[in-house]
Amino acid sequence: MSSISIIIFIGVIGLTLGITYWAAKQTTTASDFYTAGSSLTGWQNGMAIAGDYLSAASFLGIAGAISLNGFDGFYYSVGWLTAYLVVLFLVAEPLRNLGKFTMADMIGARFHARKVRGAAALNTITIVLFYMLAQLVGAGALIKLLFGLEYWLSVLLVGFMMTVYVLFGGMTATSWVQIVKAVLLMAGTIIISFLVLLKFNFNFVGMFDAMRNATPHGEAFLHSGVVYKDPIGLISVLIALVLGTAGLPHILMRFFTVKDAKTARSSVIYAVWIIGLFYILTIFLGFGAAKFVGVDAIVAENAAGNMAAPMLAGVLGGEALESFVAAVAFATILAVVAGLVLSGASAIAHDLYGEIIKKGKVTEKQQVNAARIASLGVSFISILLALGAEKMNVAFLVSLAFCIAASANVPTILFTIYWKRFNTTGAIASMLTGLFTALILVAMSPNVINPVEGAAFFVGNPIFPFENPAIISVPAGFLAAIIGTLVSSKAKDEISYEEVKFKAETGYKELEN
Amino acid sequence: MNQGQNEKTVDYAKIIQTDEFKSLVKRKKKFAIPYVIFFFVVFFTLPILTSYTSILEARAIGWMTWTWVYAFGIFIMVWVLTSIYMNKAKEFDENVEEIIKKYVVK
Repeated sequence: MSSISIIIFIGVIGLTLGITYWAAKQTTTASDFYTAGSSLTGWQNGMAIAGDYLSAASFLGIAGAISLNGFDGFYYSVGWLTAYLVVLFLVAEPLRNLGKFTMADMIGARFHARKVRGAAALNTITIVLFYMLAQLVGAGALIKLLFGLEYWLSVLLVGFMMTVYVLFGGMTATSWVQIVKAVLLMAGTIIISFLVLLKFNFNFVGMFDAMRNATPHGEAFLHSGVVYKDPIGLISVLIALVLGTAGLPHILMRFFTVKDAKTARSSVIYAVWIIGLFYILTIFLGFGAAKFVGVDAIVAENAAGNMAAPMLAGVLGGEALESFVAAVAFATILAVVAGLVLSGASAIAHDLYGEIIKKGKVTEKQQVNAARIASLGVSFISILLALGAEKMNVAFLVSLAFCIAASANVPTILFTIYWKRFNTTGAIASMLTGLFTALILVAMSPNVINPVEGAAFFVGNPIFPFENPAIISVPAGFLAAIIGTLVSSKAKDEISYEEVKFKAETGYKELEN
Repeated sequence: MNQGQNEKTVDYAKIIQTDEFKSLVKRKKKFAIPYVIFFFVVFFTLPILTSYTSILEARAIGWMTWTWVYAFGIFIMVWVLTSIYMNKAKEFDENVEEIIKKYVVK
């Protein structure tokens, strides 16, 4: 590791720790801890959403996927961006209007039943753990490759940093780490893209021509179908991508860091522009890596192509740019895992402990303490799991998290806002059916049982043919909601739909005593 | 319900029956539903076309195939629809304020 790498790396860590120190002094109440006191502006939250969303899977994963598989890699970019239309048109504003700290709050605004809140918290924790595991395993592999540290040491380093951010700085520190990271990521991506375009003499169309014989796929590189040969399998993945975002707890939680629905809306707009620009640029990352690094070299470094972007930076801009991109990738993982810890901790401390066990009767101090203890717990467990999961496929874990979010959370979120007849039984049936259908089908899928030795946990023919079960589990979640609702009557403790409807549409809240 | 309670609690059942509120919800729906259907159709048409037909495999501009052009089109659609939503939402914000002023804050 050269001195320039060390300087850039220490610079990034120093900056984020400085933010945490500053944020820690402002974090005293539960609202500060969970939602930065709802004090963020639209563009700040928009940047933070982008910083939270553009995970290692986006930056390292998509660049690698495009470089290895051409257009099929770009499907991820298209799906993950379009997902924001679902968020904007259907979820963002009513969610901000009804909720307080967590996704379960918003469902709890309509159903007082503790079972409903418990099921929502269970989903949140499951999604967070899968997503977290993906990020931490990716982080371990990345730092191992970049700096030659052992895998376990890399995981501990990232785990320690994220715990510090969340524990001391809460949502304020987490948000600003995400904002700083979004700026660094965009800067890095724009620089690399510019250098790639320069190599192609700024001829965007000519670049496609050059890609025809840059990879072993030949012309197929420019067409869909290199990886996804089965249409239903492809559509299933895309369902998970486009609907999953609207059910991801750490993204939904970001809407509570702003003061009202109007600001929540404007933050989605900022996020859409930043995320869209980034995903367009993934073409340059992917094409550039395939052309100037070469598929053989990319695969030799990491079979999934995860090192394509840093390697490309090295080829085009030398060691300084490669170190910068590596530091950005590190910051990316830190920002995302910090957001995940916070949403997992909020489900445990706020929903399970505060609302269910203590029935909402907790003091401000108890709440903050519970949140900090839960953060420690979530960090500890996820680090422990990550240490044992070195060989797990990262992309599989992320797409599973999206699938659970789409199947288990999205139907309940939508029906809570838009369906008058929806009731407690429907909500619980939907959340549990979505969760378990997704988990069971994945356990029977080629991700777990694969004829190729070493590709999965068991060797054999998969019982369920598709990698991603969204095409079955999402409809199952919706159906369970409808059937559960129709076979049962409304529970006594449900709040009137009239009140929920009015608040969801207008953002009106009674003055709290 | 006595007078004192009336000042504090809001009669939601009554407000959502008012013409203003009903019209707001109706206009919101009328605005959002066609767009939501539209973007889902546009999005899922891409994998259907690439999987079941080869019409997007022809070259569009140079060696860039129609598959890419369609995908870029989805990006443009996302940006255009967010802008449309933003503009329309401002109008709804005004209606919301009027309703709250008229029926809730007295």
